[in-house]
This record gives sequence, C-alpha cells and structure tokens, in this order.
Amino acid sequence: MSDKRIVYLDHNATTAVAPDVLEAMLPYFTGKFANPMSIYSISQDNRKAVEDARERISRLLGAGDGRIVFSGCGSESDNQAIIGFAMANRAKGKHIVTSSIEHHAVLNSCKYLQKQGFEITYLPVTNDGLVRPSDLEKAMTSETILVSIMFANNETGVVEPIEELAKVAHAHNAVFHTDAVQAVGKLPIDVSKMGIDLLTASAHKFYGPKGVGILYANRKVRLDPIIHGGEQEKGLRAGTENVPGIVGIAAALEKALADRESETSREKTLRDRLERELLARIPESFANGAKAERLSNTTNITIKYIEGESMLLFLNASGICVSSGSACTSGSLEPSHVLLAMGVPAEHAHGSLRFSFGRDNTDADVDAVIEKLPAIVERLRAMSPVWEDHLKEGR
Amino acid sequence: MEPYSEKVMDHFMNPRNVGEIENASGIGQVGNPVCGDIMKMYITVDNGVITNAKFKTFGCGAAISTSSMATELIIGKTIEEALTLTNKAVAQALDGLPAIKMHCSVLAEDAIRSAINDYLVKTTGTGLPGWKPHEDEACQA
Ligand SMILES: Cc1ncc(COP(=O)(O)O)c(C=O)c1O
Ligand code: FES
Repeated sequence: MSDKRIVYLDHNATTAVAPDVLEAMLPYFTGKFANPMSIYSISQDNRKAVEDARERISRLLGAGDGRIVFSGCGSESDNQAIIGFAMANRAKGKHIVTSSIEHHAVLNSCKYLQKQGFEITYLPVTNDGLVRPSDLEKAMTSETILVSIMFANNETGVVEPIEELAKVAHAHNAVFHTDAVQAVGKLPIDVSKMGIDLLTASAHKFYGPKGVGILYANRKVRLDPIIHGGEQEKGLRAGTENVPGIVGIAAALEKALADRESETSREKTLRDRLERELLARIPESFANGAKAERLSNTTNITIKYIEGESMLLFLNASGICVSSGSACTSGSLEPSHVLLAMGVPAEHAHGSLRFSFGRDNTDADVDAVIEKLPAIVERLRAMSPVWEDHLKEGR
Repeated sequence: MEPYSEKVMDHFMNPRNVGEIENASGIGQVGNPVCGDIMKMYITVDNGVITNAKFKTFGCGAAISTSSMATELIIGKTIEEALTLTNKAVAQALDGLPAIKMHCSVLAEDAIRSAINDYLVKTTGTGLPGWKPHEDEACQA
C-alpha cells in the first residue's frame, strides 16, 4: 500500500506546511532560538520577528488598532474568545448566543459556561445550513453580552451572513465573535469593515504549522486570560512565544491571500465536477448546503442507506482520504450535529462524506474518486438491509 | 480510535456469507438505522444444527466484520452451542476490536439470538425465555 498514490481530499481537517513557509520557520528552531522576552540582542531579533508577524497579520485582516493575540491553536482562541470574554464581562449580563452548527471548540466552551451559570442560546439553521439574522434578532435580550457564529462551517463549507449577524449583535450592544478557522485564507476578510470584534484563526488550515492560532480582538473588547502565567501577549496569554510557529502563520497567511482568488476558482472547478459526477452516478444521494454560498473547496454528500465509516475504509484501501462527519468526532457514534441541525434525518446523516480540496489536488484526484466511489457504494448497498427495504418499497 | 486488526479488515473487505436465505428457518433483525446500525441474520436449521447462515448489515466496519465472523462461528453448531456464543468471543475471534466498537459485536450476538428466537417461535410456538436485544447505550433513538 505504501507506494500507492495518495489522493488527499481532507484539507478542512488539516493541510501540509507550504515549502516556503517551512523555510521561513526553520531558522527559528535552531540558530534563532532565543526567548523573545530576554534582553540580549539575539532575543530582540526574535521579539522583532514576532512583532513583525503580528503587524503583517493585522494588516492582512484589516485589524486597524485591534490586537492580534497568538495562541496554541484554533480551539484555544475559541476558548479565549468565549470563556475569556464571558469571565471579563459577566457583570454586564450572562447570556450568550451561538449556533447549533459550531465546532466543538465553541460548543463545548459554551457548555462549560452553562455550568458556570451562563445562559446559552443555540440558534437553529435553515435546511441550507444558514443562521437567520431574524432568529438572532429574536434571541437577543438585555442580558446578551456575546454572539458567536462561525464564518464558514467545517463540514459543509456553508458561509454564514457574518456582516448582517454582527449588525444585529451590535444593535443590542453585544460583542460579535466569529470562528473563522475554515474561512481565513479562503475568503476575503476585513474585520473592521465586517464589524467583527473577535475572530479565531488557525495556521494549519491554510498551509501553516499545527499548534498556532490567532485571536483578533477589537481594542475595546475586554478579555480575561485563560492561560495564566508570564506577561507574554500583554498578559493575555502566558507561555514563551512559539516563534517559529508565529513566523510560520504570518508567512502562510501572506501566501494564502496572495493567490487566493486564482486558487479558490481552480478548486471550485474541481469540487463542482466531483459533486456533479458523484450525484449523477450514485442514486439516492444529495449534497448538503449546496444552495447556499459555500467555501469553494468543500462538498458534503449524503449517500443514503449505507454508513460513512465503511465507505471511508474502502476509500482508504484505494488511497483516498476523506472524512465522514467531522474528523474530531469520528470515533463517536453520533451522526454529525451539523447535518442533524440542517434537518437531515439521522439515518441518512450516518452516510455522509466530506471532500475538501486544496492546492495539491488535480483533475486526476477527481477522476480517482469518480472511478472508485460508485462501485464502493454499490458493494455496501448490496449488503445493506436498509437498501433492500428501500428497493422493496419502490416496487 | 485504535486501528482495526488485520482480521477485522479482512472480514470487512471480504465478508463471508453475505446475502439472504430463501425459506430460512429463522430470520432475526436488530439495531436501528437512526443509530447507524442494522443487522439482519438468516439461518437454516436442520435437526437442531445450523447448517447455513447469511447476513445483511448496515453499519460501520466493525459491524460488517462481526456479522461476517458471527456467521462463520455458528455454521455447523447446534442451537444450544450457538446460544453460548458471546459478543466477546466474536471480538476475540477477530483479534479484538477498538473499545468504542465493542457495541457492534453485541449487535452480532443479538442478531444470532434474534434469528434463533424466530426459529424457535416458528417451530415450537415459544421463543427464547426472556429474550430481548441489549439496549444500545450509545444510541438515544
Ligand atoms: C471551524 C473550526 N473551528 C475550530 C477548529 C479547531 O482548530 P485547531 O485544530 O487549530 O484547534 C477547527 C479545526 O478542526 C475548525 O474546523
Ligand atoms: S455499528 Fe455502531 S459503530 Fe459500529
């Protein structure tokens, strides 16, 4: 199996570090290893590298005079934004609004706050996976301090109406956070113009290293730290700075945004062909969220009457890497909470696959899936009692 | 999740005894599609001995491979012998299952019992005393 070509279609799970990003990072592992908090000049060089990365990211995201805080991952930035904000602002109110399709980094941060006495509203979504601004409007109370809605969903790629949602939050004097882990690098984002007060991003989703995240925070937003210790990141996030990672995330973001338009349209062509061909070749299948605006690299396809893991195993045997549900929850038996929220019945949600394209994909990868998957589906359906029942009903 | 053993993968990729039996002596079905798993088991019984077994399964890799292994383990066994087969024995015969996949082997044990129960109801009018499938704790449906 080792010499087989791997078809990697799981870029929403993670991406490979781009070669020039790696090159930018390498000096900071060895020669330029000094702790940026120290006073000698080799430390000051590293301090400069960190601050330079911060400024470049700030400019790329339109952060103006807001802060860019480096963290250990997207999950940490989500925790920081939600728990750190709630703790610092609980005197103003104890109500937070989020959606039912968030990543678990947001959902479980909210669940934790619920145990601490906060009230959380989980907004529903339409069948296309969209949060309605009118639903947000109805959920807002005088107690609402924070609204957290993801920019783009990791499982379906559906892009939420962020500017409109931020406006509703602001009209009620609440702060607006968005988990933009899947959007940064793929969509144009200007936090100031869009009215975003807090934004989460993670380097490994846009060809940067794993283990580096950022939180953008509007200057007016008060946050408590969640990692306590030294004075790094102006006391907001203790821990010796991950200098190679920070250099890497800035380089990765620059590169991702430099060829964003051409690359997203290239990936969209591949994605659209895959989706069209699979839906045409596999009866009783449908694409989730396809009517909404989506990330151009993502398609989520439900294939009825068979189960996702068994498809993944067969695809893997052909060297094809995709995911079912979201990678963080596979290994649990729950069907995707995102698809359930979109009204996909549980028995069908079990049979869903997510394909997410990236820079390395070509037409040959699309061909490989089109060639292999329909036969795998036929094979699994031939041994599925639910498919048999479906055929009998049809007669 | 821990990886599947080679034996699990073998029974998943090349499942034995897939299909249906016409005029089966007993048919059992357990599981729930809402929970992501259904097993349907067919047996032929001749003089108290299970001479043939076939299955159809909707479920994960472990569900398919435990169904396959379960049919292999009961063919040639008497009803009494087949009733002593536990989910642990099925898992062991597959060189073990990842911890979170043990419930799939429970489904296989239940599918056999369900088929035997059906056979007993058809032939003697009464099924297995007190038989009912295990509750699937993982599934709330
Ligand atoms: C939408 C979303 N939020 C948060 C995360 C967590 O990011 P990280 O893996 O960097 O903690 C992910 C990654 O899976 C994601 O897709
Ligand atoms: S059948 Fe439920 S996870 Fe295996």
